[in-house]
Amino acid sequence: MSEMQQLKAKDYKSDQEVRWCPGCGDYSIIAGIQATLAKLQIPKENLVMVSGIGCSSRFPYYMDTYGVHGIHGRANALATGIKVANPDLQVWVITGDGDGLAIGGNHMIHSLRRNVDMKIVLFNNEIYGLTKGQYSPTSPRGLHTKTSPFGSVDNPFIPIQLALGAGATFTARTLDTQPKHMKMVLEEAAKHKGAAFVEIWQNCVIFNDGAYKEWTDKRVRDEQTIQIVDGEPMIFGADRDKGLKIEGSEIKIVRADEATVWNSRAESPGAAFAMSQLDRHPEMPRPFGVFRQVSAPTLDDMVHDQIKEVTDAKGVGDLKDLIYTPDCWTVE
Amino acid sequence: MSSEELIRQDDVTIRFAGDSGDGMQLTGSQFTDTTAKVGNDLATFPDYPSEIRAPAGTRAGVSGFQIHFSSHDIYTAGDAPSVLVAMNPAALIVNYKDLKPGGIILVNTGAFTEGDLKRADLDSNPLEDGTLAGYRVIEEDINQRTIEALEGTELGKKDVLRCKNFYTLGMMYWLFSRPVEPTLTWLEKKFAKKPELVDANTRALKAGYNHGQLLRLFQGRYEVPKVEGTAPGTYRNIMGNESLSIGLAVGSRLAGLKPFLGSYPITPATEILQQLARMKNYDVVTCQMEDEIAGVCTAIGASYAGRLGITSTSGPGLALKTEALGLAVITELPLVVVDVQRAGPSTGLPTKVEQSDLLQSIFGRNGEAPIPVIACSSPSDAFETAVEAVRIATEFMTPVILLSDNYIANGTEPWKLPEMDSLPDMKVEFVTDPEGFQPYNRDERLVRGWAIPGTPGLQHRVGGLEKDHVTGAVSHDPDNHHEMVLTRQNKIMGIRETIPTPELAGDTEGDLLVVAWGSTFGQARAATERLQKKGHKISHIHLRHLWPLPYGLEEIFAGFKHIICPELNLGQLARVLTSEYPKYPFESYAKVKGKPFQAFELAAHFEKILEEKS
Ligand code: SF4
Repeated sequence: MSEMQQLKAKDYKSDQEVRWCPGCGDYSIIAGIQATLAKLQIPKENLVMVSGIGCSSRFPYYMDTYGVHGIHGRANALATGIKVANPDLQVWVITGDGDGLAIGGNHMIHSLRRNVDMKIVLFNNEIYGLTKGQYSPTSPRGLHTKTSPFGSVDNPFIPIQLALGAGATFTARTLDTQPKHMKMVLEEAAKHKGAAFVEIWQNCVIFNDGAYKEWTDKRVRDEQTIQIVDGEPMIFGADRDKGLKIEGSEIKIVRADEATVWNSRAESPGAAFAMSQLDRHPEMPRPFGVFRQVSAPTLDDMVHDQIKEVTDAKGVGDLKDLIYTPDCWTVE
Repeated sequence: MSSEELIRQDDVTIRFAGDSGDGMQLTGSQFTDTTAKVGNDLATFPDYPSEIRAPAGTRAGVSGFQIHFSSHDIYTAGDAPSVLVAMNPAALIVNYKDLKPGGIILVNTGAFTEGDLKRADLDSNPLEDGTLAGYRVIEEDINQRTIEALEGTELGKKDVLRCKNFYTLGMMYWLFSRPVEPTLTWLEKKFAKKPELVDANTRALKAGYNHGQLLRLFQGRYEVPKVEGTAPGTYRNIMGNESLSIGLAVGSRLAGLKPFLGSYPITPATEILQQLARMKNYDVVTCQMEDEIAGVCTAIGASYAGRLGITSTSGPGLALKTEALGLAVITELPLVVVDVQRAGPSTGLPTKVEQSDLLQSIFGRNGEAPIPVIACSSPSDAFETAVEAVRIATEFMTPVILLSDNYIANGTEPWKLPEMDSLPDMKVEFVTDPEGFQPYNRDERLVRGWAIPGTPGLQHRVGGLEKDHVTGAVSHDPDNHHEMVLTRQNKIMGIRETIPTPELAGDTEGDLLVVAWGSTFGQARAATERLQKKGHKISHIHLRHLWPLPYGLEEIFAGFKHIICPELNLGQLARVLTSEYPKYPFESYAKVKGKPFQAFELAAHFEKILEEKS
């Protein structure tokens, strides 16, 4: 591709006016995805953005790519059909905590289990935004919403755990307020061959503003979160003096020089699972970055490999052979 | 009478009945294949329990297979059997009442111990207590005969007894003068790797055949001459689900498309997924998904990406797919939805027949969501109907619902194979030119173009929100919505321009018109012809296209004093016709017993109407 034809982030924008609430975290995510696509120079005609229903699911309309705005919860199934029908396409699923983990939870786990080669970006704002503020499957217990006026009594999912449990070959978490980190994670996801699950903490300014303040506020951020990077020791703290040490399924806070070197490519998802469990422990920092990244055959490849194998063995099917089988007989 | 003398019969119906484990479906299908080769016309219908492993010997575990074969053309799997083969007391007691008076019952007395009777819930032995008065009962200890025939074999007793269905098959071959060779060839192929089973079953089959003669059990032997004047051509005996699957693959190829089936196993449609999964070298992709909704959604996704999306299901699954069908309607993507109907509501009677999804198919969606609906009328007709479904879906960029049912799906009949060069050319063209492209540009029939991902310059979005009538951008404009709803409706009604008025069997004027659809074809046609022969002014019209309805029906209705719609539901077609053609009274004849109509029952009802109303 010549210099002239270089695609820029803005080239991925459609002519549609973006209609999220001012200040919504979605703006930063769409910018991050457009920048990532430009960085990787993915041809627009080879991209398909697929979504379900919810604030995040308006996403495809704002992209000058192919796109399907589906029905509630079914984006992963639509995307599976698209990818298997034409494996040359790069398929992105844009979903949210309600769309992808409540009504669409079944398709989510099965598309991860099958390792369909697609990028799944889950905007997690711990609330139903489009329907104006009801608790979601990731809302913390006790959250006061319109449908939980006395506090939610539901136990929330930790999305990363669900993905790991379903066998996702790429699992990562990032935040809308940290565009650099987000782009790094999205780029890794885009390059991954297989189902790439990316949870993005996304602030809903209208119905759940400040949901992540406890962790993301500038004053506490360094103490309350940790960025995990493959091959680097897990260090955090304002003075970068603390570390995390993995001992079996336990994780402890230790001195920085005792920190475990993070390995996102380990065969067993055990350590990644233990790290995801930190969300249940208020005294521990919450991890961001790539939890797990392993390679495995993808559904779309296997489907077409099998077709090729059978076709090589039997020859391209002739329609006549389907109709005229050896057990037919002729009447003169 | 010497047992070698052949008594000519023109029309025979046999029902094989036994425990699920007795292999009656196999016996029936072997008898069928051989009968087809002999040159009889035939139709079959299996009747099996929905419990996979109902307790052995109980009434719930009875599995049956009925074959109707004849020296002339026939339409149905037969009304009342003239021969019943009952392998145990449960099979006998569940089936004997269906038999014609004076019919033959062959009973395996080897399975009539106290315990066998108890398992069948019988206090006394029906062979002794007069239950079977009026029938010709032939008692034979088939268990013992099979053991004798296989003396010296290395098979264990259990395996030996499993050969009793082939012994029985042999007896039936002798009784109806069929050759054993086709089954012998089949056995050799089937058990190529297990020669001991080929040997055992061959011995059982031959013994049954010879004993039929030697034991003089029967008072004669029958012949059913082959059909004379059968239209020349090549034939194959085919089951409905199989011919439907072939039709989907062939139709896709004729449209120049590669099929994609997204599906979920459900009785009685599962066979379609199984069939298409075998056709890998025809570039057929099948995905067995996590549920019915994923099945249809992957198919919609595949259509968006340029394959032909197909999903197969039964009534409960169609209900689950409903919301996604609306998405296919509003995105105007081609999609073939096969509903092999079964008795409902809810789980209903999963292995029994009903036609009760018609209204669900035509109307059962939120919003104004018109979908064309067509139905096949017999196992062989399922092929052509499937090709037609593909044609409508691709020519009109729309989902299409194809209704089959349990009776067609598992029934068989000889299929006159189409000449390859007579198959329609229905090649699809994708849009590739970015010049002036708009996703909702339409041609004169209101059909939008199909532009697929991967095509440079044609990036566009489709989705469930209402779209601007040209650009496809989300639009909440009231007038635009009104226009889009009407456009989608008019597009579907425009399909009428491409479908023929169905042929009328009988005169264009008369006292009674039978209007039917789907699997009632055979019984409705047979009943009509019977009454025509008796001099009644009755005609039959069978609808393949149920929505939109073809042109020309009104003119036909006008020629008759009365109109009756026999259906295996509470009058769903009658209701549709009443609202579409309010000038005519449509009377419904409803049956919802999980069983097909019988031709004689229709004939009797029609005759009553003819007499009452004349
Ligand atoms: S409701 Fe919340 S999530 Fe939705 S657009 Fe507004 S701020 Fe964003």
